[in-house]
Amino acid sequence: MQQIIFFFLRNKNFLLFLFLFVISFMLTVNSHSYHESKFVTSANFLSGGVYSFKSNITDYFDLEEQNEILTKENERLRAIIANGSITNEGLPSQVLDSNYSFISAKVINNNYARSKNYLTLNKGKQDSLKVDMGVISSQGVVGIINATSNKYASIQSVLNTNSQVVAKFKKSDHYGTLKWDANATNIVQLVEIPRLAPVAVGDTIVTDGKSTIFPEGILIGTVSSFERKPDEDYYSIDVQLFTDMTSVKHVYVISHRDAPEIQQLEKEVENAE
Amino acid sequence: MQSNETLVNIVRFITLVLVQVLILNQVNLAGYINPYLYPLFILVFPLTGNKSLLILISFALGLTIDMFSDSGGVHAAASIFIAWVRPVALKYSFGVSYQLNTLKISTAPFSQQLIYIFAMVLMHHLVLFSMEIFNVNQILLILKSTLFTGIFSGILMVFSVLLFSRKST
Repeated sequence: MQQIIFFFLRNKNFLLFLFLFVISFMLTVNSHSYHESKFVTSANFLSGGVYSFKSNITDYFDLEEQNEILTKENERLRAIIANGSITNEGLPSQVLDSNYSFISAKVINNNYARSKNYLTLNKGKQDSLKVDMGVISSQGVVGIINATSNKYASIQSVLNTNSQVVAKFKKSDHYGTLKWDANATNIVQLVEIPRLAPVAVGDTIVTDGKSTIFPEGILIGTVSSFERKPDEDYYSIDVQLFTDMTSVKHVYVISHRDAPEIQQLEKEVENAE
Repeated sequence: MQSNETLVNIVRFITLVLVQVLILNQVNLAGYINPYLYPLFILVFPLTGNKSLLILISFALGLTIDMFSDSGGVHAAASIFIAWVRPVALKYSFGVSYQLNTLKISTAPFSQQLIYIFAMVLMHHLVLFSMEIFNVNQILLILKSTLFTGIFSGILMVFSVLLFSRKST
């Protein structure tokens, strides 16, 4: 017994280190896994508070640029109203499903240089933001909410190696999964596009309406390069994002009216299998 | 004297966290290099201080940074790792005499300081990026990030030590 106590006393630093390391490791695995409630996120009163304090100051630096982006968006929306039709540039190819509603929010913290990037928003549960809602900017897709607190929400950016967004070609409806290989900011990879699909540089990629996260036809980006090895059945495609992730500030959170019901149904089907 | 030391460490903790999350996390040299200054807290923690206490504080420090950057527990893991190996690093860079109360990092020979700071930073970054990228296939990316970010973090820390060390007579 004494031996054991001595052993613990002698190695107490190592044991303490091991214990805390296991905790950190579990937190890391937890943050990597999708669909698990996260313990440590920037959506809480302390980091949210510090970030909104910072953004209150730094917001003034790029007011002009942000105003221009918003004016451009207004211009586009006005053109749509005036013409009664929708142009190729900038907006969904069909009228949006009325099941979706949009909540505007401001990005108070943004990172884009790591392999797992997150953004923090200044709205949370109080403004009916929930986990798994999609987030877009006026130019295109930004990410998906992965944690919320009362006043803040944390978003998993599309520039995150864990992100997976279903995307398709605007012209042909061939769909694949959008991932990121962490090599270049604003360039993401579209995988699982079958070799039958016609692919050309400059093709527009939009979201696919099959999930409740994004409505169909939200812009993502354009094909910047693609290749297919002769013995492979799928293309690997690089997509240049429309949204400049380094300067995104005003975003819209998309909520689907029937999302809980659809998710409930999908879960039941999954469990039945 | 004791409480003064404690106060200095509390102030240092808060300052380093704020500098890290508000300034350095927004810095992206060459697109992806994001220097980390906060491990400096662990490096300059009183050399004869309680080791278990240092590991616990490092955990809190890392977890605070993790909370701000949504990174799970990667900074916490890297921080407790260097807190744990610090006595070994101290012994190899300054010799056994570090245990005597006389040694101060800022008064040690510059070459020894460099070895100590860069060894600790590279270990910290290696654990950090291995946990963050978390993929054996990306080992090159891990090593590249560790090396380049490590150089910048190290330089930043050397300058901070030079700037903030009190002139001792």
